[in-house]
This record gives sequence, C-alpha cells and structure tokens, in this order.
Amino acid sequence: MTKTTSIPVKSITSAADMVMEDRVHKSLYSDPEIFEEELDKVFNHTWVWLAHESEIPDSGSYKTAKIGRQPVIVVRDRKGNIHVLQNRCRHRGATVCEKKHGKTKAFTCPYHGWGYGLDGSLRALPKPEEYENILDKAEFGLNSLRFETYQGMIFATLDDSIESLDSFLGGAKKWMDLFMKQSGGYPVQVLGDHRFRFPGNWKIQLENTTDAYHFPIVHKSFISSIDDQTAEVFDFLDGDGFVEDLGNGHSVMVMIPDLVDLEANLDDPIPERFQPLADELAKEGKSEAEIKRLVRAVGGSGFNLNLFPNVSCSMAFFRNLVPISVDETEIHHVAIGGKGAPAAFNQKRMRLHEHFQGPMGFGTPDDGEAWERVQHGSKAGTDGWIMVNRGMSRLSTSEDGNVKGAVCSETGMRAAYQQYKKMMAAEEKE
Amino acid sequence: MSENQLYTRVSEFLSLEADLLDHKAYDEWLALWEKSGLYIVPVEHDVTDFANHLNVAYDDDEMRQLRIARLSNGEAVSTVGAENTVRTLSRIRILEASDELVTVRCAYCLYENNKNGVRAFPANVEFILKPTEDSFLIQQKVARVMKSNEHLTTVSYLF
Repeated sequence: MTKTTSIPVKSITSAADMVMEDRVHKSLYSDPEIFEEELDKVFNHTWVWLAHESEIPDSGSYKTAKIGRQPVIVVRDRKGNIHVLQNRCRHRGATVCEKKHGKTKAFTCPYHGWGYGLDGSLRALPKPEEYENILDKAEFGLNSLRFETYQGMIFATLDDSIESLDSFLGGAKKWMDLFMKQSGGYPVQVLGDHRFRFPGNWKIQLENTTDAYHFPIVHKSFISSIDDQTAEVFDFLDGDGFVEDLGNGHSVMVMIPDLVDLEANLDDPIPERFQPLADELAKEGKSEAEIKRLVRAVGGSGFNLNLFPNVSCSMAFFRNLVPISVDETEIHHVAIGGKGAPAAFNQKRMRLHEHFQGPMGFGTPDDGEAWERVQHGSKAGTDGWIMVNRGMSRLSTSEDGNVKGAVCSETGMRAAYQQYKKMMAAEEKE
Repeated sequence: MSENQLYTRVSEFLSLEADLLDHKAYDEWLALWEKSGLYIVPVEHDVTDFANHLNVAYDDDEMRQLRIARLSNGEAVSTVGAENTVRTLSRIRILEASDELVTVRCAYCLYENNKNGVRAFPANVEFILKPTEDSFLIQQKVARVMKSNEHLTTVSYLF
C-alpha cells in the first residue's frame, strides 16, 4: 500500500497525473490553468444536467442555465418540443435572456432587437433592408445544442460525437427510476430552488454528495434539531448502507436501505414526525392507501445518486453545481414534490427542504464552512494530497457487478475522480 | 395614539428587535414573538403566499426555537466562527395601522464580520406587529434579502 507522503509532487506533469487511485493532489482545487482545462475537457465533452422538464411546463416556459461557463436557455416551443439554445445573439453576441426562468413568446436581443422564436429561429430584425442579399435568416438562428432526457431530467452536451445519454447514465438509470418514486404517485414537479455560492472549487462539492463520513460531525446541529426517531434513521454509519461505483463517474450512496424503494413497505408504521401530515390528509378525505403512499414518500429517498459531473439526486432534491472560477462554485438545491399532489404534501416537502438545505438551512451552511476550509487548507504546503482511500481494503462486488464499499467509504469519490482522470487525460479537443 | 406616537413606538420596537439580535439576546428576542408568528425569508421577492412556495427560511414557533438553539449551542461549525454583527435600519414607514395590527416596512442591512471580510446583506423587511399594552408582539417578519432570488452566500445569522 502506498504511503501517504511518499509521492513527490515533481513527478506530476498534468491534472490527470494528479489523480491516483487513492488520492488526488490539492492543486486540482486551486490551479486556474487546470480549471480552464476542466471546462474544456470535462464540461465541454460530457452530458451536463440543465433542468427538469417540470421547470418548463408550458409552451414558452424557459430556464436559463450553464454548461460550464457557457450560458444556455432550455425552452419549450409552441408545439411542446424542448430546445436547448446557446444564449447568445447571432448578431453581436449579447445574451437574449438573463432571467432565471419565466414564460415568453420570443427572445429579443436587447442590443439591436433581433427577435428569435422559441425554437431559436431568427424571426425578425429591425431595418432588414441593410442586410439585403447578405444575410440568410435561416442560417442565423440561436445555436441549438444536442440534448437528451431521462426520467424528465434534461442533459445537454456541446459535443455531438459522445455516446448517447442512455449509455452514459448506464447503471445510474436504475437509481434514477427509484429516485423519481418520491412524489407520492404524482409526476415529479420542481417546487423552487435555493442558490448559493461558496468560495471553493467545484470538485469539493462533487465529493461531498457521496461523503457519508462527514454527516454526524458536520451536521450535529441538524441532528440535534430533529426528533429522536428521525435522528435514529439518520444514524446510518453503522448500518447496512453502502456506496456503489456505477461507472462513468456516477455512484450511489445508500444511507437508509429501508428507503430505497418508496413504493415498497407501504404498510410500515407512520413515523412520528409525519403523523400530523397523515392526520391532515385524512381530514381532507384521502384514502388510507394514498395517505400511506404520500407519507412514505414525503421524506425522500434513502440515497444520494451522484451523476458526474454536475448533478445529484440527493435524498429529496436535485443538487446542481455550477463552476464559476477555480475557487468559486454556485450550488442549486432544487426542491421537488408532486404535480397535483395535495398541498399539505408539497408544503411538508418544502418545509423539510428549508430545514436542511439552502443558505439558511440547518445543514448547508455547515457543509459550506467545511468546503471553504478545504479550499483554504489547500494553500498549505506544496506536497499536499487529498486522501480518498477510505474503505479501499474492504471492497466487495454488488449484485449488479459493481465495486461496492461501506456507506462511509470514499468509493463514490474515487469513481468520480477516475472519470475525471480519464477525461483530463484525453488529447486536446476542439 | 397620535401618528407620531405610533411611529416613535414602532421605531423603538424595530430598533430593539435588531439590537437583541446583534447582541445575541436570543431569549429576549424569542419573547418578542406572538406564538403563531412567522419569520420568513422568501426566495422570490414578489411572493406573498409563503406557505406554498420554497423560502430561504420559514420559521414557526418551533423552528424559531430550534434555530436559536442552533445559533447558540456551539454544535454548528458555521456559527462557531460567526463573530459580531451590526444591523442598521432606516426608511421606516407604517403601511397600515389599526388597533389590532400594524404593518411596517423598513430598509434593513445586516453586516457580518466573516473570516473573508465584512459582508453586507441589504433587505426590505416588513413586520406585522400586534399592539400590546405597552409594546408589540411580532405576528410576521418577512425579510426580502437582496440577491435571495439569485444567489446568496451561506448565512449564519437571522436577518
């Protein structure tokens, strides 16, 4: 086994070299040149999550997002078809939309008034006579990007040559199917999101979603704020949970095995903390079967599914990371519920989300503090390694044939970093 | 009570509320609240149906008490390093007043001394106050914090 301090930093010549099986070099958090290389080699050549279909429910509904640093618009056209468009006017390059989301009939560039349809086509521009015989409108629509969806999640890519989304997600699809069971029998609906930035590298957050080890330490104050029965459920480090490497950088961390399938075990007793919800639903006249289904689903799934590189299906919400610079990252915690589900159900989901997530949650600020400390600590010394070797000597094979470690192993981090290494080792791409 | 007297009493109350938070007199702060009161930091500034929207914070009595415990008990790493704060408020305007409720809006800024420097969180804050014999109880406090609808940093304080 390699000793932790024995690898001289001088032997490293590239970012790919900085990822070993059991450790990564801290320069990956702080070197601006590596960050630029990541935007090209990782974000420009893979599937990047942008939105859930429920965020653009109607014709004209849109959401702005980013692939790496590149602004895009996800929009539904008049016929209900989805488009992912580069957010850049084809005339002089201004963005045509700066709102987070909304509904529109068209996108009009604020600079010179070029107007684009919901499908990105250039429809009209002021004083067109000056373009007579020199501009074909059909060639000057907003650039349209390749996108594919799975379980309502919309991913896009700047690289037309990469494998299909279906193939890229591979073993993660089974877990996405399970994750989408948490809306109590109703279609999954985005209910809003929390957005915040922290002064640290994006990969620190990528690691965290598959890090159960920190939970009882960093989230002690959250655990103190919940009832004993729930605290017992969250005391999962000694339980039967596990982490599985799902391939292509994806991994799943099962913390609460009993909550993997939210459509199973519907006859389990109702947890104390959800009894008031059950009572309220009963008062509204909901059937016993529906109450059981809703109450079982309301707290979310018992696992975090980490999808490389920028999103996770994390217990009860989508966690989306947006790299801003080498030492700044924006995080979106996207709350989900059920479309058409009883208001009490969606309200409870939002209140639970507010309790832990977001800038003022009882969990997120403490995560943020730990991530910030990692970024700060990465400035110490020159020969600094970040260890991701936890659980390496006790791996097994899952029933799906994947590498599997204990719930608090760093198996998911190693999975993500090996995909990162593969992409960063690729020859310079266009 | 004359308009001037009401304005003076409301201003004094708002200053008291901010002062208690700045000086971490949390038990006294909790005592300012009507039990059914709600402390809300919405994400979107135009929202009024807070219960049916996602908020940054939506604290009823129980959550207020839990939040104060979190700010005080030393278990949360993000609050342990939290140093002093300064809250300033101005532009106080009474929007509605009756014997039962007074609605007041003010400009509010929380300055925090963070290890990265002093950060400012400007906000429009609206209180619904319930007059008592000699003061008020807070029925609702809504802090519409600048950038909450875009992105914030993490926050270790109450607005």
